[in-house]
Amino acid sequence: MAETYIKHKYEPILPQKDEWPVVKLSKSRKEFVKTVAEASKRSVLQITNNNMDLLKEELETTLYREKLRIKQNPWAVDPDDDEDFWRKVRSRLVQLSGDTSLNKTQKKKKYVEILDDITMRYAEEIASNFIHSHYKLTRRIVTYGFSRLLNAARVKGFKSIFSNQYTLQDKIQIVGETDQIRDLACKGTIVMVPTHFSNLDSILIGWIISVLGLPPFIYGAGLNLFNIGIFAYFMNALGAYKVDRRKKNLPYLETLKTYSAEAIQFGVHSLFFPGGTRSRSGMIEKKLKLGLLSTAVEAQRANFQKGIKGIEGKVFIVPVTINYHFVLEAPSLIKEHLSLTGQERYYKESDEFSTSYKISKFLVKFFTKGSDISVSIGKAMDVLGNYIDADGNSLDKHGRVINTRDYFMANGKVNVDVQREEEYTHHLGKRIVEEFHKINRIFSSHFVAFVAFQMIKRENKKLDLYSLLRLPEEDIEISYEDFKSTCTGLLDKIKDLASDGKVQIAPHMRESIDQIIDHGLANVGMYHAKRPLVKNESGNIVTQDMSLLYFYHNRLVGYELEKQFK
Amino acid sequence: MSSKSNLSEKSIGVVGMGSFGTAIANILASKNKVIAYARRMEIVDEINTKHSVEGLKIHESIEGTHDPEYLCKSCDTIFLMVPSAAFMEVVRAFSPFLYPYHMVIHGTKGLCLNLPSNKSLDEVGKISRKNILTMSEVILQETVVIRVGCLAGPNLARELYASQPAATVVASRFNEVIMEGQRLLRNDKFQVYGNSDIVGVELSGVLKNIIAIAAGALAGLGLGENAKGLLISRGMVELVYLGNALGGSLKSFIGLAGIGDLVTTCNSTLSRNYTVGYRLAQGEKLTDILNSMEEVAEGINTVRLMKAFVEGTGMRAPITENLYKVLFEDLKIEEALQYLMKYPFSVDVDFL
Repeated sequence: MAETYIKHKYEPILPQKDEWPVVKLSKSRKEFVKTVAEASKRSVLQITNNNMDLLKEELETTLYREKLRIKQNPWAVDPDDDEDFWRKVRSRLVQLSGDTSLNKTQKKKKYVEILDDITMRYAEEIASNFIHSHYKLTRRIVTYGFSRLLNAARVKGFKSIFSNQYTLQDKIQIVGETDQIRDLACKGTIVMVPTHFSNLDSILIGWIISVLGLPPFIYGAGLNLFNIGIFAYFMNALGAYKVDRRKKNLPYLETLKTYSAEAIQFGVHSLFFPGGTRSRSGMIEKKLKLGLLSTAVEAQRANFQKGIKGIEGKVFIVPVTINYHFVLEAPSLIKEHLSLTGQERYYKESDEFSTSYKISKFLVKFFTKGSDISVSIGKAMDVLGNYIDADGNSLDKHGRVINTRDYFMANGKVNVDVQREEEYTHHLGKRIVEEFHKINRIFSSHFVAFVAFQMIKRENKKLDLYSLLRLPEEDIEISYEDFKSTCTGLLDKIKDLASDGKVQIAPHMRESIDQIIDHGLANVGMYHAKRPLVKNESGNIVTQDMSLLYFYHNRLVGYELEKQFK
Repeated sequence: MSSKSNLSEKSIGVVGMGSFGTAIANILASKNKVIAYARRMEIVDEINTKHSVEGLKIHESIEGTHDPEYLCKSCDTIFLMVPSAAFMEVVRAFSPFLYPYHMVIHGTKGLCLNLPSNKSLDEVGKISRKNILTMSEVILQETVVIRVGCLAGPNLARELYASQPAATVVASRFNEVIMEGQRLLRNDKFQVYGNSDIVGVELSGVLKNIIAIAAGALAGLGLGENAKGLLISRGMVELVYLGNALGGSLKSFIGLAGIGDLVTTCNSTLSRNYTVGYRLAQGEKLTDILNSMEEVAEGINTVRLMKAFVEGTGMRAPITENLYKVLFEDLKIEEALQYLMKYPFSVDVDFL
């Protein structure tokens, strides 16, 4: 199954757009936003223990942070009345704290009203704007535009621009449990959790979902992407809701989580990037952001609580890995990662993927040169990380059918236990990371980068990571013969891992070792100005950028392959 | 939550009716219906007909069974009180009947070796953390139960049976398991503390056995209280270091399950581990001692595992290493003691 690239047309599982959960949601957007705002308000009140002083403090902190954000880090996408709104909140708060004519209950009511306005504003801001006609148009543009570019590059001659010889699926291969996800999407609610390396992932995944014949998923996309007009259009069309990472205040975080949990309960398929942001180090995410993930657990429990026992109320977690030879943002990502781990605590949410020019330049390069992408769809799991059988039942480690509802039972009833759900979320996060490693596809480029970096590290045993990365590039040279023999040894290990089902490897990794190395060298970070790995005139391996080499090398961290270099 | 039992309320399960299991079953039975599982048919019969376990009277309402399925169906909360040597086997026997709604609290102090099949400890020599499972990790690995807890502390079974005042720790990552443990066990004579660091609490109970053997050996040599004080405090340091390396937190080691249990065990001639050390110092051979004991002295196995772990990680643990030599390599206890007295411990406490 994992070996064959799947390239065929999938029929849409729900041909009528009115049946799409996301369309149903957008039709009742107004009420839905209200529900979310109301529920978020309740949960903020619960967290502050219904204590007026705590609530007041929370509101003041929120106000303070929002004012700071407006002043220090304004974005184009921010609404015009942002300053106005917060100024009003401020004057209301000031007035209220000075007002002696009100008694405690009246005062509290006023504070709750302010909170109400804030959560309402946030819910409105977060909510997605799915418009079906835009979705259709976008899908057509993406597919059409991409395949034109592709054919122009690959098929020679004048008519090439009209050729249909290559489709996007030649460029982006989809492997794994595609039938299962299609099947389960008809039965229950899917939460897809992909790895995240590049800003392009959002669009890519949107496209994959449509190729698989699935109705659109909603997903949280960084608000910074909405800064760019064209991106905003795409994002809205694909059902994205907005996540503003600058806002870390309690009402915002609660509203965001509530939005996600309510949407899952509504039956809308969702997509989270559980790593939170793009992986800066280039490693597969090890620690997941559990905030959004917890909403899947919460929604599952809420469905059980409502008495939905059948599969229609079940939430399925589907891990997905996206594998590239090349990550456009690699240089800035790894720089940020190093400065972060190098004890530089502060950095600003930056927005380097910012100009349409950069993006189009990348797209043209991407389609005109060869550099393939593969997307592996993992096995579906329930919210506790148990695998799912063909009928949507959860299976335990021994293959016995179990009921997910049992996990939420105490004394014979489904009950709410926040601490329990935190632990479950934690557990689910660990399971997702395990699955990521299993469905990760090793490419030649990751492979050569890993070998080269580890060899350089072995040569310089005494240096710590930062000194190693500061080595002058011109001093590093690995003889091709050494490199080849080390590669051969490691390849066997990787093949062992693959046959144990611990990782997957791309078909080009089955070629001869020379071919793999050539393929890897040609592809690793191929569009960077400074290449992480090249052959010099004497045929030896050299690097032009150690940090980038480290970034691509990191993709194979987590399999204990480093042990081979001791 | 009422503590009165009524017909619709489920029973509490106790698996394993050794001395500790029996004592706990008795405490549980004062508030709830209890179903007790024993492997030996004659014990089951004795429970059901004479309301006693090997002659010791127990609460009349305790029902005996040797059917895992019946016990799992009748109980949502199950206390696993089996010796560590039989732990894996019993867990596997119960696994087919356990479901995610079950809560399992165990009271077993021991570690389980987790090696690739067809390898033994002697072949591997050195081991790392992933080769060692605590008992809660065994439950998580073998069953579908996730709400797991453990019971540890200075709980000498005979004293508990006699209803003398005592306290215990219920540790679990789940607050609801701790609350359930407290609700079921707490009474005027038995205080129950909670701790979220289950691995730390389990390790405290396991690692203190090493020190208990050493304490028995000192007593067997006829040494006095100064020596014992020295041993307990140095033993504590070693316990903290080993425990941290295995993933427990310092707080648990200096709590009831750590230092509390350590002091009790090192002073108690009732303790099996202490007895092993004592008889060794009197000149008996390990094999003879083990053959003549009814219940297992868990510390012996722990010393073996910890020695392999220490070698795998490159740490030093002088008490454990020397005890290993005494137990398995015929080093004289006096020589081991000499070595320890010369060992350059320079700082008193360096882990806080």
